Amino acid sequence: MSNLVEIRNVSKVYERGKQKVEVLHHVDLGIAQGDFVALMGPSGSGKTTLLNLIGGLDSPSDGSIAVGGARIDNLGQGALAKWRAANVGFVFQFYNLLPMLSAQKNVELPLLLTKLSAAQRKKNASVALQLVGLADRATHKPTELSGGQQQRVAIARAIVSDPSLLVCDEPTGDLDRQSAEDVLALLQTLNREHGKTIVMVTHDPKAAEYARQTLHLDKGTLVEQATHA
Amino acid sequence: MKYLHLVWAALFRRKTRTLFTIASVLAAFLLFGLLDSVRNAFSDAGNSVAGVDRMITMSKISFTVSQPQSLLARIEAVPGVKEVAYANWFGGIYQDPKNFFPNEAVSPNFMDLFSEYAIPPDQLAAFKNTRTGCIVGASLAKKFGWKIGDKIPLQATIFPQKDGSNTWTFDLVGIFHARDPKEKNKEPILFFNWKYFDEARQFGNGRIGWYIEKLSDPNQADQVAKAIDAISANSDHETKTESENAFNRSFVSQFADIGLIVGGIMSAVFFTLILLTGNTMAQAVRERIPELAVLKTIGFSNRGVLGLVLAESVLLILLGGLIGIGLAAVIVPAMSSKVQGLLPDGVRWNTWALGVALMFGIGLLIGWLPALRGMRLKIVDALAGR
Repeated sequence: MSNLVEIRNVSKVYERGKQKVEVLHHVDLGIAQGDFVALMGPSGSGKTTLLNLIGGLDSPSDGSIAVGGARIDNLGQGALAKWRAANVGFVFQFYNLLPMLSAQKNVELPLLLTKLSAAQRKKNASVALQLVGLADRATHKPTELSGGQQQRVAIARAIVSDPSLLVCDEPTGDLDRQSAEDVLALLQTLNREHGKTIVMVTHDPKAAEYARQTLHLDKGTLVEQATHA
Repeated sequence: MKYLHLVWAALFRRKTRTLFTIASVLAAFLLFGLLDSVRNAFSDAGNSVAGVDRMITMSKISFTVSQPQSLLARIEAVPGVKEVAYANWFGGIYQDPKNFFPNEAVSPNFMDLFSEYAIPPDQLAAFKNTRTGCIVGASLAKKFGWKIGDKIPLQATIFPQKDGSNTWTFDLVGIFHARDPKEKNKEPILFFNWKYFDEARQFGNGRIGWYIEKLSDPNQADQVAKAIDAISANSDHETKTESENAFNRSFVSQFADIGLIVGGIMSAVFFTLILLTGNTMAQAVRERIPELAVLKTIGFSNRGVLGLVLAESVLLILLGGLIGIGLAAVIVPAMSSKVQGLLPDGVRWNTWALGVALMFGIGLLIGWLPALRGMRLKIVDALAGR
């Protein structure tokens, strides 16, 4: 399989006041199209920073990042926003749904940036909700849903514009075991049956088992790579 | 329009706070609608088309200083003057000072110069022939339930009678209407016969408050005015002649500079409104920083977020403002008949236009800083709660 994500010699330095903190050191990484990668490591190891760089939420201090053959490390903010809208779906630990909108309207949000008609947006959002098993909760507000259901709505929002890449930051970190397994099974289905490339940050080794391979980071460096059966 | 539901939902995220803020905006724009209508009514005093062929001559010193009646013949002789009438402010009170309406002693030919008033010929004849006769505007008659034949007693505040009495009793012999419905505010007035006034008053006999000249050609107004004022030049009763509209403007300005007062009050109200709503918008956006970060994460541009926040603040002000001026549009006509022409028949288009412009201006002003904050936020910091 060809690599969807190509990271070459990437470093990231944050400035905290007068202090410079190097979070990633010369990371090289390739993630194949259709892969499901779990990023693990202790707190402060640079997992979320690497995820943010892959998702185009932040830019590297050094090195290059290409996704789908297109360099994103040198894009301006406006171009990066357009790229994210077209190519990446995001899933967060705390779901980050807009509380005043229904599940349906939350899922439609990324489609507002497309030229689809209102009817088509509604139809696509319904399909996405059906895919995550929440078609019957479309009119519910986030506060009327359980944590697991909210996370599945967030996943529906992430896939509604059919991106090739999903980035998930601790998607099960706020869920009970059963809900976590449901969410992970859903991500696995999206990977295996719909060909989505997934990069997931997790602290949970059981969650990492759902991935095809696990990468370990420590002090900003990739230290270990394991492939699952 | 496809973002409207998003803006609307954000606005009503905290319903109670938003409703209280809208109520504040509503109150401010209701006040604006009422006060600007008052300002419009006062401005109208000097903008009537009806009086373009009439001029007023009064003392150069003050409206309250009277003129000798001997000027009448000399003004009538000025080329370009077609007809001359005269009048004097009486200032009588009907039953109670709160019933105030203008009342004037006028010459017999007074109504001949005011074609904007319609009065049946027999009533006009009765007015000219009845020493104690008076005529009133229809809306004034309606207000007090007067009908022809009634006796109307007025309490003098300036001119007692020769016998010391302050009570002047008039016989209502006619009721006139404004021909143009837009000039209904000119109806609440009472005119009575000059002869009765001049013979019965204790002082000032033979002196006149102001002259009204009807011109043969309004284009000659400047030359006629100069000729009239030249008659009394260097005397102890120098005059000032001007168009009726200019006279009305200066008469109204004696009460106060309404535009300045309205402007002052509304500036204070809107300044307070800006502080209040600005604080509300800042707080609303501060609470939603993570949500704005999510919007940017899924692909909303910086300008998109800026636009959403600005649209929200403009919508907040528009909701309250339009309801506020809308309420004023209901209240103004209802009050108009009760305040003797101090309010027009409704809220004028210029008040609506100025109000909507203010709504957009205030909305953009209060939304600007929160919108900039939303636009500039860094996604990774906002999502991390930094």
